[in-house]
Amino acid sequence: MSNHDEKQLDANGSSRRKFLRNTGIAAGGVVVGGTLGGLLGMNDKNEPAESASTSKAVTHTENHNQALMFFTPEQFHITDAATERIFPKDNNGPGAKELLIGYYIDHQLAGGWGTGTTEYTSGPFFPGEPTQGYQGRLNRQQIFKIGLKGIQDYSQKTYQKSFPELTAEEQDAVLTEFADGNVSLSGPTSSHFFSELRAATLEGAYSDPLYGGNAGMAGWEMKNFPGHQMSYLDIIEEEFTEIKPLALNSQHNH
Amino acid sequence: MATKLPKTDAVIIGVGWAGGIIASELTKAGLKVVGIERGGDRKTEDYFMMHDELRYAQRHGMMQDLSKETVTFRNNEKMRALPMRRYGSFLLGDGVGGAGVHWNGQNFRFLPYDFEIRSKTIEKYGEGKIPKDMTIQDWGITYDEIEPYYDTYEKMAGISGEDNPLGGHRSNPFPTPPMKKTVNMKLFEEAAKKLGLNPYVQPSANLSEDYTNPDGISRVACQYCGFCERFGCEYGAKADPIVTVLPVAKETGNFELRPNSYVTRILHDGSGKATGVLYTDLNTGEEFEQPADIIVLTSYVFNNVRLLLLSELGKVYNPGDGTGAIGKNYAYQIRKGAATGFFDDKKFNMFAGAGGLGILLDDYNGDNFDHTDLDFIHGGMIIHQQTGQRPIGNNPVPSGTPSWGQEFKDASLKYTNATLKVSGEGASMSYKHHYLDLDPTYKDSFGDPLIRLTYDFEEQDRKLAKYLAGRCEEILIEMGADHVDTMQELEPYDVAVYQSTHNTGGVIMGADPETSAVNNYSQMWDVENLFVVGASSFPQNAGYNPTGTVGALSYRAAEGIVEYLKNSGGQLVNAKKETQNV
Ligand SMILES: Cc1cc2nc3c(=O)[nH]c(=O)nc-3n(C[C@H](O)[C@H](O)[C@H](O)COP(=O)(O)OP(=O)(O)OC[C@H]3O[C@@H](n4cnc5c(N)ncnc54)[C@H](O)[C@@H]3O)c2cc1C
Ligand code: SF4
Repeated sequence: MSNHDEKQLDANGSSRRKFLRNTGIAAGGVVVGGTLGGLLGMNDKNEPAESASTSKAVTHTENHNQALMFFTPEQFHITDAATERIFPKDNNGPGAKELLIGYYIDHQLAGGWGTGTTEYTSGPFFPGEPTQGYQGRLNRQQIFKIGLKGIQDYSQKTYQKSFPELTAEEQDAVLTEFADGNVSLSGPTSSHFFSELRAATLEGAYSDPLYGGNAGMAGWEMKNFPGHQMSYLDIIEEEFTEIKPLALNSQHNH
Repeated sequence: MATKLPKTDAVIIGVGWAGGIIASELTKAGLKVVGIERGGDRKTEDYFMMHDELRYAQRHGMMQDLSKETVTFRNNEKMRALPMRRYGSFLLGDGVGGAGVHWNGQNFRFLPYDFEIRSKTIEKYGEGKIPKDMTIQDWGITYDEIEPYYDTYEKMAGISGEDNPLGGHRSNPFPTPPMKKTVNMKLFEEAAKKLGLNPYVQPSANLSEDYTNPDGISRVACQYCGFCERFGCEYGAKADPIVTVLPVAKETGNFELRPNSYVTRILHDGSGKATGVLYTDLNTGEEFEQPADIIVLTSYVFNNVRLLLLSELGKVYNPGDGTGAIGKNYAYQIRKGAATGFFDDKKFNMFAGAGGLGILLDDYNGDNFDHTDLDFIHGGMIIHQQTGQRPIGNNPVPSGTPSWGQEFKDASLKYTNATLKVSGEGASMSYKHHYLDLDPTYKDSFGDPLIRLTYDFEEQDRKLAKYLAGRCEEILIEMGADHVDTMQELEPYDVAVYQSTHNTGGVIMGADPETSAVNNYSQMWDVENLFVVGASSFPQNAGYNPTGTVGALSYRAAEGIVEYLKNSGGQLVNAKKETQNV
């Protein structure tokens, strides 16, 4: 077991104990539903850290999640480069590439968010007013394909290079044109595509690592966001407190 | 052909807060009740993986599936209404417990002024104070009359709080003490007091301590976990129908819950009474008819109106001449009059919090301040909340900062946990041209018309929002913020930007059948065995969140239903004639 894993388990175990102490559950206070009862049970029985699933994790050093479900390699590289400009590595910590945001976006596009399964997609379609929200006929899979090709075409036309090969300044210039809605695409506006890309980048930086981004919870660490904690009773009345983040995996993987 | 089922005493359409409360009260009174809910059933144990911002807050994991059903929207009658294709301004509940599962639990009583707003405004400022097309009405019930029902609801939910120095009288103290005060809440409190204002801790449905309610239901205290709004509470600390009223209904043996069942029509005969409901089992596609003596419509504002219109019940509102009632007086909440304060060398535990954690004041709410020299009526609460700032949704940067790139990243990291917001929750007045009707073009998955919303902010709202924003700014400056961004002008209403799920009206309550759809028991004037309960009955909206009042009205409706059956029918309230603007 790596050191990192061990710390996680410790923090998890102690936060559970704290929770139980604070609510008075362990002392026989009132109990609702099965959840708390379940927690109690786990606290009693699963305290030993050596469970089968944690020791197995030792052997997995590769991240099998780093492969593509949706993008072509070219689309991935453009996304990887563009998101790094939106959320660059700096003194605060890693940028989009190290956080694996490109993979996060790829995996999201492959699913229901990419195809808009829970959105109203029936016609007829009309442009609508700005106050009426998105009215296009394209889903995000289509918008990303068109937008990423647009980035590539624009870079070729302006700099005779593909987008990932441009300097950071040139990449910023291209993205600014997209963000400002100055590039004409067939279907979406370039500003709409850019706003989707920007939103997805932030999601990839800060969503639970179970989705493939926020690698090693480094996004949360930069942001002082503790991720999944069972209780803040101990600190809610205190001055600002830094807490080491935990992912949902800590809740699931005992 | 629909399969006709055996008759039951009462059928409830939509099992959220209103439906759940009524189910519990009627079954306790010995009535046989069937609850029909379009979404699935659930329990707190299902919420073990709840602390997932992407799934629940960003992707709306608990909300109504818009691909099957949404609303269409236009700002005014000249515009073409278009479907809300993705979530924005408000979020719609789905499944057993309704939006009561993923609400925040910010829990309020309206002010005495709210219930008699038209008469009290005229009494103090004269008829001229109310613009011609503003169609505000008295509720046909006073604060004193509704107070006992607030009390019952608050005891059921275990509301935590302390007295509002400027609120209506309470017959009993709060069932549980106020929530904890954080460092930033104390900053707000001190600043407000220095300014001569009256701050108090927000009443909350997240329990401040372990609590057992009069129905014998025990729940544990809130853990301030920061995943409350848009999430279910895995502790059962947040009052929601699943951990409060529904177990009580089930315990009686008189309640039958039918989840995954979609009501498409309320059936009625020529006698002016409803006879039952038509619904589809969403798993099998089979259609059923459920006959009942009493029909309770609790499917939230939009479907309350839509089901009445689709079933041809009540008189359709006509915005041309102001006649009719179904669809009339849609109102909302003016949430944008706000200010954001950035602190350069202070941080706060803003990642933690609870849905109902906050501190507020009512000095600028209702008619608590003089409006003689102001060109708007009413106002709103001013509140500083701490609901838990999750990282995808909260990337605050001072105005003028780019929205992406290194500068953005740096500023958003710097000001995370160093940004405090103070905001107005403005009341929303009703207007002749703000209403709900059936959309002529867009359909749901059954082929029925979607509901169409016609709504925009008015001059009243722009003035009110700007006024409240100014007050928010004063407080933030007093709190010591290094830089304050304040809303300057209220833009037109935008359905794509989240504001609040405080939609109201469409089946409004009143004393006069000519100008309202239901009486103060939520009983329909035109259909005596049909009770339409929810924020749909608010004639306009107050400067508070709605659910405390929805809860009170639900208890009153339940009492009315039992009374109605005892009386063997008839209207529970005598009609009165009222004047209003048309
Ligand atoms: C994110 C969020 C936060 C909120 N926070 C607060 C807050 O802090 N304070 C506050 O006061 N309010 C808050 N609200 C509002 C609060 O949730 C509602 O006021 C309350 O839930 C309304 O209760 P209801 O019973 O009228 O409707 P709901 O709770 O929405 O229940 C209606 C039910 O009817 C069902 N239904 C609809 N149509 C049909 C049909 N045709 N057939 C069968 N079933 C149907 C729905 O699936 C749903 O379960 C919030 C809402 C949201 C979405
Ligand atoms: S903040 Fe409190 S009430 Fe809300 S979900 Fe967390 S524990 Fe439950």
